[in-house]
Amino acid sequence: MNFSSMTPGEWQAIWLTAKLAGLTTLILLLLSAPLAWWLAHSRSRWVSGVAALVALPLVLPPTVIGFYLLIVLGPQGAVGATLEQMGLQHLAFSFWGILVGSVIYSLPFAVQPLRDAFAAIDSRLLDAAATLRASALDRFFSVVLPLSRSGILTAVVITFAHTVGEFGVIAMLGGSIPGETRVVSIAIYDHTQALEYGAAHRLSAVLLGFSFVTLLLFYAINQRVMGPLKPARPRSTSP
Amino acid sequence: MKLHPFLNLLLAFFAVNASPLSLAETARVAAAADLRFAFNELLPLFQKNNPTHQLELIMGSSGKFMQQIENGAPFDIFFSADVNYPKKLVASGKAMAPVTTYAFGRIVLWSAKVDASQLSLASLARPEFRKIAIAAPEHAPYGARAREALEHAGLWTTLQGKLVFGENISHTAQLIDSQAAEVGIIALSLAMNDALKAKGGYFLIPASSHQPLEQAFVITRYGQSNAAARAFAQFMGTPEARQVMQRHGFGISIEARP
Repeated sequence: MNFSSMTPGEWQAIWLTAKLAGLTTLILLLLSAPLAWWLAHSRSRWVSGVAALVALPLVLPPTVIGFYLLIVLGPQGAVGATLEQMGLQHLAFSFWGILVGSVIYSLPFAVQPLRDAFAAIDSRLLDAAATLRASALDRFFSVVLPLSRSGILTAVVITFAHTVGEFGVIAMLGGSIPGETRVVSIAIYDHTQALEYGAAHRLSAVLLGFSFVTLLLFYAINQRVMGPLKPARPRSTSP
Repeated sequence: MKLHPFLNLLLAFFAVNASPLSLAETARVAAAADLRFAFNELLPLFQKNNPTHQLELIMGSSGKFMQQIENGAPFDIFFSADVNYPKKLVASGKAMAPVTTYAFGRIVLWSAKVDASQLSLASLARPEFRKIAIAAPEHAPYGARAREALEHAGLWTTLQGKLVFGENISHTAQLIDSQAAEVGIIALSLAMNDALKAKGGYFLIPASSHQPLEQAFVITRYGQSNAAARAFAQFMGTPEARQVMQRHGFGISIEARP
């Protein structure tokens, strides 16, 4: 595989994909944390409904998500038309459009690990911290965050990787515009259709390598954070 | 990018440089997939004559592009494989008249496995041809014409179980090139390319067996003030450009329609 023959267009697709996945992960982390906390701890009767909504992108075909988003974000859609009236541009076929699509598409991959992590935190620890007069913010940063680092890491890695692997939503919503919506998966599709197998092979190898290394790092780090799989033997205290 | 301050801030956080937005001289060209090899030659030629203009090429099926332009896709000029799509866009206000016919296409039988020049449409019924690829007739003009030719030959119903559909004509060629389909109907402009010609001959399907493939371009409403799109539209009428198109198997007749 000769990567020195990568064209500027291929590098552009790789950079665009990284940008999309990075921004999606950042936005989802900020959005998902409060949502996951609420899902983990609320006794509201809305919990199952919201949980089902959040999990929808796991089940729906990407074409359905892409189709609805194209309608809503396009110039005639509720969101797109409002933006146009404000003198802005609608979001179909733009980077911002596929960013919205990616955030929705990857939502469950960010929320579910966080929810599981938050749910596993022993509430007595938080109560104890509260009796020590730790503020809510304090409790979040010194109790919740350290105890859920594995869940947070899972959310970050899986959200990023899942966004890199996205195809259907972007194909419906993006229009394969270079530097704007032509991410690596779309570029591969275009290259195969153009019988440009060399370029398709190069980009596919990049994705394969990236995916494996990401998962490898993820499992390696996770194992270190969680400790070894078997509990370590307590050190002998006898002389 | 300048329109969403909050997201722009996020971008800055990621140390992303906004791409240089000198869009005035860059035109996004949405082109039917049959134009691939012809445009591979035409674009550098245009660029040489017009060094200040940049073209960004996006290829696909004409029907898909029409749907995308209807939904606000930012293409400046649209080269369709079927004159009706640009006409519809003008009618709906998404594109600016005139609609200009730039070429007439032809369909051929092609195979990467056998010498298709020895075949005719009737040969498709043979059992050794298990899969036959054509472009999706619903939104790919070459698929629609392929269907007409098969109907004309009385084969459309007989072949139903064997047909597989490419998303556009280039994808259809790929299905045949990979030999996943032993044979299929693609554009002459693709079959004439050296890469495909080397793999198996082609049989030119008589033009009398289907509606003409009148191909036309139109400047979109989005691109109405784009200088590069206008220059490229003019370039398509030059003898130089016509020669290239003819060499790639297109019939030529340029006429502007109101």
